[in-house]
Amino acid sequence: MAATGSLTASAPVRGRPNRVTLLRIGIIVAVLAGWELLSRSGWLYRDVVPSLFAIGKAIVALLSSGEYYFHLGVTAGEILAALAIGGVLGLIVGLLLGGNRFLAAAFESYLYYLGPTPKIIFFPILIMWFGVGPGSKIAMGVLSAFFPIALSVAAGMREIDRVLIRVGKSFRATTWQMATKIYVPAMRHPIINGVRLGLGVGLIGTLLAETKLSNKGIGYLIIQAYTLFDMPRMYAMLIVLFVLAIGANALVGRLGGLSNIKRR
Amino acid sequence: MSKASRGPNALAFAVGIGCLVVFLLVMEALIQFGFVNRFIIPPPSEVAMSFERVIVEEDILHRFLLTATECLTAGVMLTVFGVIGGVLLHRFKLLQQACETWIAAAASAPVVLMYPLFLVIFGRSAWTIIMIGFVAALPPVILKTLEGLSDTRRVLVNVGKSFNLTPMQSFWKILFPAALPTIFVGIRLGLIFALINIVGVEFLINFGGLGQLINELAERYDLAGTYAAICFVILVSVVFFMSLERIERWLRPAH
Repeated sequence: MAATGSLTASAPVRGRPNRVTLLRIGIIVAVLAGWELLSRSGWLYRDVVPSLFAIGKAIVALLSSGEYYFHLGVTAGEILAALAIGGVLGLIVGLLLGGNRFLAAAFESYLYYLGPTPKIIFFPILIMWFGVGPGSKIAMGVLSAFFPIALSVAAGMREIDRVLIRVGKSFRATTWQMATKIYVPAMRHPIINGVRLGLGVGLIGTLLAETKLSNKGIGYLIIQAYTLFDMPRMYAMLIVLFVLAIGANALVGRLGGLSNIKRR
Repeated sequence: MSKASRGPNALAFAVGIGCLVVFLLVMEALIQFGFVNRFIIPPPSEVAMSFERVIVEEDILHRFLLTATECLTAGVMLTVFGVIGGVLLHRFKLLQQACETWIAAAASAPVVLMYPLFLVIFGRSAWTIIMIGFVAALPPVILKTLEGLSDTRRVLVNVGKSFNLTPMQSFWKILFPAALPTIFVGIRLGLIFALINIVGVEFLINFGGLGQLINELAERYDLAGTYAAICFVILVSVVFFMSLERIERWLRPAH
């Protein structure tokens, strides 16, 4: 019966990829057609739903403008700095908490519950501490990225196979050798996952901070488009930003070999 | 979460609290003796004293209820639409194959950055805040519902088939009850996402409950009040997360 079940289940799968692709194309076409229809219908305020042509034109204008790349560079720099600082701090704290049960029992619950709180509420304090320039945006990104990385590393450290550690010790490996040959390779998966999560929330934190108070960066451009009610430009920026964010997330996973680890 | 962090022993717990108290005392001393500028970081004693003022003068109960109502509305919406979405994806495999990766990608997309767009569509109203919370929190509910339904033990489904249950009976008697704990994990995640986004957008657009309070106090340069309000929001968030965790643990043993 089980064999029959698996046969009947696997038979339609062979023909699926084409049907799936067709359905995907159908959904995309339906959404775009619905959008265009809504845009031309006049049911919503004018320009709230701009035509696809206007959005396409705005995307082309955006991608061919030097000013956009300057602001993108500013934001990318802030996010990278935030990820580097938050990543290193998160790694250190995660290793300490993961390697010591007493420290974990004493402090990890603070991280666990502070982690999901809305970080943007700290922004007024960060402005006071780091000023209105890129410093406060980087600090916002650090604060956002730190928690998922620290928690992920701590959990990963505890999940290392004891046998691997015993093998390292039986070979009288030094602390550095233990770290580079045993701990880090064994924790590759949780570290990459933590960095991916950290990148996602760090990006949101930095960009939200830019929308609140800034004179450069992508967040500033988005809020400027809102202020000027330049809707096609705003849609264009959001679309490009979403593509970049999802792409960066996938790239971190790929560079870290996350897909290879999963396949094992 | 690890066992170590779930059931901390008394000594570790005391050390954790002790370190926090020592940190606050050191900060108090540093600020009082002028090593740290009190116009950047107010003394912890001043922050503690301003709690009462913030609670009484800033009508914090009303603001709390406003944020709670927004969260509840977004929570109800995402539960209804998220669970229905997950069930539909489970029922129609082709749809699942076509859309699951898109929904997973949407879960990692910075949806909250669309708040200016929502402002244009819904105006500067509670609906902007609710809709951001709803849209940002929807993917985990859909994905977890799908996961719960797909992971139902084969033997349970086969028992249903042996009793000749109709698809509807099979869903309500077997699939849905078996998936309920996982669905609740999704709803819990969704509610956490919703709360984060709702308070965040309240702060950003200066409208609504607790988020707006922090923004207003910061704009008035009431530093002690700002710190107190931030502490209050953190406290509310922590109590909210702990309550959800308790409910989830309470639900689990039943299945």
